[in-house]
Amino acid sequence: MLSLCWKNIWRNKTRSLVIIFAIVFGVIGGVGFSAFYNGMIYQRLDAAIGNEVSNIQIHNPHFLENKEINDTIANMASILPILQNNKQIKAFSYRIKTFSMVNSANSSNGLLLLGIDAEKEKKVTGIYQYVKQGHYLDSCKKNSILIGQKLAEKLKIKLRSKVVVTLQSSSGNIASAAFKVAGIYNTGNTSFDERMAYVKYDDLAEIVGFNPGMAHEIAITVTDNKLTDTVTDKLKTKLAGYSVKSWKEIMPELGLMTDSGQYMLLIYMTIIFLALSFGIINTMLMAVLDRIREIGMLMAIGMNKLRVFIMITLETILLMFTGSFIGLILSYILVEILKKTGIDLTAFASGMADMGFSAIVYPFIEPNAYIQIVVLVIITGILSSIIPARKALRLNPSEAIRTQ
Amino acid sequence: MKIIEITNLTKVYSENGNEVVAVNNVNLDFEQGEFTAVVGPSGSGKTTFLNMVGGIDNPTEGQILVDKVNICSLKSSELIDFRMNNIGFVFQAYNLIPVLTAKENVEFIMFLQNKPKAERAKRSAELLNAVGLSDRMNSRPSKLSGGQQQRVAVARALASRPKFILADEPTANLDSKSAETLLDIMEKLNREENITFIFSTHDPRVVNKARRVITLVDGQVAKDERNN
Repeated sequence: MLSLCWKNIWRNKTRSLVIIFAIVFGVIGGVGFSAFYNGMIYQRLDAAIGNEVSNIQIHNPHFLENKEINDTIANMASILPILQNNKQIKAFSYRIKTFSMVNSANSSNGLLLLGIDAEKEKKVTGIYQYVKQGHYLDSCKKNSILIGQKLAEKLKIKLRSKVVVTLQSSSGNIASAAFKVAGIYNTGNTSFDERMAYVKYDDLAEIVGFNPGMAHEIAITVTDNKLTDTVTDKLKTKLAGYSVKSWKEIMPELGLMTDSGQYMLLIYMTIIFLALSFGIINTMLMAVLDRIREIGMLMAIGMNKLRVFIMITLETILLMFTGSFIGLILSYILVEILKKTGIDLTAFASGMADMGFSAIVYPFIEPNAYIQIVVLVIITGILSSIIPARKALRLNPSEAIRTQ
Repeated sequence: MKIIEITNLTKVYSENGNEVVAVNNVNLDFEQGEFTAVVGPSGSGKTTFLNMVGGIDNPTEGQILVDKVNICSLKSSELIDFRMNNIGFVFQAYNLIPVLTAKENVEFIMFLQNKPKAERAKRSAELLNAVGLSDRMNSRPSKLSGGQQQRVAVARALASRPKFILADEPTANLDSKSAETLLDIMEKLNREENITFIFSTHDPRVVNKARRVITLVDGQVAKDERNN
C-alpha cells in the first residue's frame, strides 16, 4: 500500500513538486524564524544572567521595594556558610548597590553603582570580559571606577578621567567621592552600559559608611541554569525572612520570553501548516478527481472504504512528509551554519542594543522541536486528507467506472 | 450446478423526475462453467444488469443469489468483501492501475485478500503466463497495447479465484486480432478451468463464441438461446 501511495504521488510530478516546495519553504521559514527568536532571547538571557542578575539573588526583603541604603542583608555571617556548603552553587558575590549621580567636567548622569569584590564578582558575572579600554577592577588602585562606553560618551570622558559620584550615605547624608576611570566596558547593551558602573566594595563601603561584610545583594551562580529553580526553592526554605529570588522572578519579562520561545515554534508551524493544508487539500482533491474511474474500479473489485481512506491519507502524509523531511534537513543545515556564523544585524544594532539585544544573533533550536514538527506534519496530513478521502468514499463504483 | 439465481430483478432510475425502468422483472439462472453473452441494443439494460449481478449496483426489486447467498441483502461492507472473494470484473476500458506493473496489477486484489507475498507472486506469474504475457510482467500498462492490457485485466479478474467473471464489453476497445486473441484465451480458460464468464457485448465475435446468448430489450429478456 505504501509503495502504491508513493507511486501515486508522482503521477503528476509538477503538481506534487509545487506543494512539496511550498512545504519545504514553510518548514524552513518556521524553523528558521523560531531558531532566530530562540537565539535572540537566549542571548539576551545569557547576557542578563551572565552580566547582571546572575541566577539567584538574596536581599533584605525591604530593599527591593524601597531601595533604601540601610536595607542591607542582616546577619551575613550566617548566610555565607549555607551558600558555601551547597554544591549546586558555583559561586556567589555580595554587592553594595546604590543609586547615584555621576558628574564629569562636562555632564552628569544618574547610575546604579555597584560596590563589588572584584575577584568574587569575576566568578559570578562576566563584565570583566567586556572591558574594552583600561583594566577590570581587580588590578586597580583605590577609588577606581569601571563604566560603560555609553556612559563615557554621555559624560564625554575617557580612560583615566576623573568623575565625582554623589550618593546617600548610611547616616542619611549626601556623600561625594572622586573616582578615576580605570576601565571602560561595552556589553553591546547600551541601556545597561549607560546605567551601570562598578567600584571596589571597600571603596564604596567606606563612602556610605558600611562596616565590612555589609551588603545589599548576594548574587549567586549555579552549576547549571536548569538547577536555578531547585536551588532557589532550597534557599527559600533555609533563608526564611530573606528575599531569595531567581532570575525569572527578578526579570519576569525574560522568563516569559524564554517560556514563550518553546511554544513559538509550535504556533508558527501550526499557522504555516494550516495555510499549507489548503494547498494540500486542493492537490489531493485534484488527485482524487483525476482517478475517479480507478477508485471506482478499486471499490468494485473489493477495496473497502477503510482501505480507500488509508490510501488517500497515506498519500497526503507522504506528500507532507517528503516536503517536511527535505525542509527539516535544509533547516538543520541552515541553523547549524548560522549557529557558527551568526546573523549580523549591525544595520539595526542601535535599536537592538537599546532593547538589550546583541547585534549578532546566533540562532539555535532544541532537538525535540524537530520531533514536534514531525508530529505536526502527521496531524496536518491526516486532517488535510479528510476532505479528499471523503470525496473518494462517496463515489458510487458503478457510476465512477463509467467516468471518462 | 447453479451459481447465480436471479428472481424478479428490477431496476428503476429516476431521471429528470421521470422514472426509467432499466431492468424489468428479469428471471435467470446461470450454471457453473457457462460462457454467456448478454446482448441487446444500447439502453437495453445490459450494463445495469451486469452491475447488479456484480453487486456494484442495488436492484429496486428482486433478488440475486450467488452460491445461495442473497447479495441484495448484504451490508455495504459485506458486499465489498463478497465481491472481492467471489466475483471477477473485466471492464471495457481495462481500468488497470497505471503506476503498477502488469504483475503488480494482478497481485493487487490478492493483496486486498491478505494473501502471502509468495502466493501472490506465484499466482500472478501463472495467470500472466496463461494469458500469454509472461514476458511483459514488469511492464506498466502504458507500455502495453490495448489487447495486452485487457489480458492483464482478465488475469487480474481471475487472481482472486472468483466464482464467475463479469466482463462489460471487453472487446469494444480492441482491434480484431487483439479481440480474437482475448476471446480465445477466455474460451480456453472456460473450457479447461470451468470458469464461468458472463459478457455484456455488441460484438458479434463474442456472440459467436458464446454458448448461451441472452438478449435484453427494454430491460426484459427477449431471448435466451443456448448453442452447444
